[in-house]
Amino acid sequence: MPPTEGFDCDMYPDYLAMYYKRIFPYRQYFKWLSYGQDLRTCFQKREFCFTLANDVYVRFLSFKDQEEMETEIKRRCPHKIDIGAIYTHRPKDHKTVTFFSPKSKELVFDIDMTDYDEIRTCCSGAEICNKCWKYMTIAVKVLDLALRQDFGFKHILWVYSGRRGIHCWVCDASARMLSQPARSAVAEYLQLVKGGEDTTKKVSLPLKLHPSIKRAETIVKKYFSEVVLEEQDMLGTPERWKKFLKLIPDQGLQDTLDRLMQQCSNSSQRWNIIQSEVTKAINKGDKKSLRKNLLTEIILQYTYPRLDINVTKGLNHLLKSPFSIHPKTGRVCVCFNPQKAEEFDPTTVPLVSQLLDEINAYDGDKSENMEEYKKTSMKECMALFDSFLASLAKDNIIQKAEESDKRLEF
Amino acid sequence: MEFGGRRALRRKRLEIEASYPCGLQFYATPPTGNVSLVEFDEMAFERLKILRAVERLNLSGHVKNSEEWIAKLYEEFAKNKFFIILAEKNTKSKTDEVQKARRQDHVSHFILRLAYCRTEELRRWFIAHETDLFKARFLQASRNGSDIRNFLITNNLHYTSITAEEKQSERENLVASSMNISGDTMEGMTFYKVPFLDTLELVRQRKVFLKQGYAYVPETDLASLVTSSFRSKLSHDMATTYRALPELDSDERLVRLLHNFDKRYTGKDYSSKKPEDMCRITPDMIDNLANKSFPPCMRHLNDTLRTTHHLKYNGRLVYGLFLKAAGLNLEDALFFWRSHFLQNMDVDTFDKRYSYGIRYNYGKEGKKTDFSPYGCLKIIMSNVAPGDSHGCPFKHTDAIILRQRLAAYKVSNQTIEEIMELVNKRHYQIACQRYWEAIHGVPIDAGINHPNQFFEESHKFLNGGVQPSQGKKQPEVKTTPSVMYSSQASTQSSQSSVTDTKTVLEEIAMCFDDDIETAMLE
Repeated sequence: MPPTEGFDCDMYPDYLAMYYKRIFPYRQYFKWLSYGQDLRTCFQKREFCFTLANDVYVRFLSFKDQEEMETEIKRRCPHKIDIGAIYTHRPKDHKTVTFFSPKSKELVFDIDMTDYDEIRTCCSGAEICNKCWKYMTIAVKVLDLALRQDFGFKHILWVYSGRRGIHCWVCDASARMLSQPARSAVAEYLQLVKGGEDTTKKVSLPLKLHPSIKRAETIVKKYFSEVVLEEQDMLGTPERWKKFLKLIPDQGLQDTLDRLMQQCSNSSQRWNIIQSEVTKAINKGDKKSLRKNLLTEIILQYTYPRLDINVTKGLNHLLKSPFSIHPKTGRVCVCFNPQKAEEFDPTTVPLVSQLLDEINAYDGDKSENMEEYKKTSMKECMALFDSFLASLAKDNIIQKAEESDKRLEF
Repeated sequence: MEFGGRRALRRKRLEIEASYPCGLQFYATPPTGNVSLVEFDEMAFERLKILRAVERLNLSGHVKNSEEWIAKLYEEFAKNKFFIILAEKNTKSKTDEVQKARRQDHVSHFILRLAYCRTEELRRWFIAHETDLFKARFLQASRNGSDIRNFLITNNLHYTSITAEEKQSERENLVASSMNISGDTMEGMTFYKVPFLDTLELVRQRKVFLKQGYAYVPETDLASLVTSSFRSKLSHDMATTYRALPELDSDERLVRLLHNFDKRYTGKDYSSKKPEDMCRITPDMIDNLANKSFPPCMRHLNDTLRTTHHLKYNGRLVYGLFLKAAGLNLEDALFFWRSHFLQNMDVDTFDKRYSYGIRYNYGKEGKKTDFSPYGCLKIIMSNVAPGDSHGCPFKHTDAIILRQRLAAYKVSNQTIEEIMELVNKRHYQIACQRYWEAIHGVPIDAGINHPNQFFEESHKFLNGGVQPSQGKKQPEVKTTPSVMYSSQASTQSSQSSVTDTKTVLEEIAMCFDDDIETAMLE
């Protein structure tokens, strides 16, 4: 993203102080992280990490209750807040106990736009625009459905990371309790695009397509032509289509297609030719290297969510907290509705400075006694968060009942 | 441990206490009774050899759990007359010999639990290989028509099967999810519905149908299901054993034995090198060394660093630890990374963002652990994402690029062909060995199993003309291509330490002239 307009780095600490004083939704935030459980077993053992001025990290912070958390955040005014795991002991005591290890955490996913550089032409690195953001929309659609349908998770919070990516927090009790091996299994189940700089073909599928892949294929196909062919124009120049054709593991066919590409005028035409030629070659069956699912593999390589699975695998991995402010852009890490992922526009996410202006403008007209965020453009995000908390609360009660049943049995 | 009544117990020495109805065991309860120190050692040593055989086979590129893999494993068992063969004999009459073998199976498993529960790394190694062994044995038993049902009942393993209606309504998904099921074969087949947590391996490989958190496992994958229960139980038990271990530490004889076990089998440890055998390298030497003596994985990281002046997190970790073990000290490491990174950023940013990681590698930050460099296996198995430059070039690099790179490294065309052949067969470490031989012009029979070993052998050869370690000197060595450096080295070291322990054992025996109860932890 280009340097955000209206974001003034020098003023950042002042904005932050005001944000933490007037807007940060402590009540809901605390309600979320206490999961309706005894504070001693849950909230007090949660690790927080503050990033202070000059990139000073303070790890293993933990708080007694909402009040202490609120006081500390206001006092230290962290440029960034990260959330870690729930540990065996209170993280602030970690140096005094011998056996200190992470016990549970939300199942989290991190998707970063920098991993899409090889399949986007509009931006690179930390920049994003509405065109390449569509890859994120696809990622949300695919993952949200897989988490709900395949794994049966219900309480899934999607959060904009404030700059170039998105985070997903799966908060079901069963997800929070997942062991490290279980997290890796889930992450690998959901990971299709594998391999680094030196691997050209990053998606390999077996002959039979697993139902979850078929479902993903149906979703991404809707976007392939619009996003990959038209907007990113991935077959627009000889350099781009040559790279694209490398995914076809047959030199002869690559050369034929390369010649045919030159006769077409746009990406869509070129894709049609590739499709028909590859299908023909597969049906003819004389080239062993061409596998039945080649076209699906190509489509998925250009669309399927690119996960940073190390974040998902690690139980003690920190992740930027929702409602934190991104220190480089000044944007709030707001949550958004996965059902309406296509409507989410990262370039209109409120800036911390803008929120304060909005409050002032609102108060200028009339003075009302209400929560300050309601006067700002964070209102929508908070409404979504409230409904997320409400459905979570129902399950929290069930879980608590189950636990006390268990205790009674003993 | 039991204390009182030692004399009475001694009479019952070697008595077979429990009877074992199945050839296969779930190791639910620890054994009781007495075992002599010598027997204790021998039993455990044989089991270790078995687990080593499993490890060797896994490294050789055979597809795990394939028919071929199991056949090879049992070949190895039969050749060495391991107790497993006898223990799995299907006999109606429970002969003493079979019972004895089964008891050895039981006892040796628990001895190794004690020896391998001390550290995270040992636990992981043990659990992984015991689980592989179990699965191989389970598959073998299913194939031989042994009484699997009986085994399941004996060990309380129940799985709920789905109704005919559910099977019908999910028909299409069930067929699509498993490789070996077609519309026809699924008719008479039972499907079990279990929480997805009970079958993580199938989930990981996307080989089972998932719906609402439940996995629908066909009976053909029953082995995976049972193995998964086995693994999670073992993993849990190992943690418990570890916590209970201090109770055992009061018995010095056992402690010595057990410590020896895990040491015998970890191979060379690059983290705890003593300063005297450490050659020192400095930043100005690195580029030159990289071209002459670094393995391709590290050479590539160095090249990437030289051209882009940046490496992503895992690249920095892998390369940083390699350099540390190669003899680059912390100060030099900071200087080296800084000199590259500063071409993209200012000193402040570097100090803030990256110097922590470097100091961390050297055990100066965070956990303060002196981390050991990654071995080949870890590098081969590592997850490589878009933008990453680490990983094993023989595995993670496309054939075309690998060819180009080898050509640029001045490897002859003929050798490149040989290497590519090995790569196709997934013999990555042997491919790396050919590369070593190609650039040095002499054979290295010991093979390659660690980037730092690659480097050290090269350095020694180029500077002192020392011939690379010749695996052939050891009597135990097999010359099949699948044998790896690690296994050879450790067979060798185990051989020597066995003699050591035996002497110790004899001494103990003389001093105490007594038996020792196997201290099994409940």
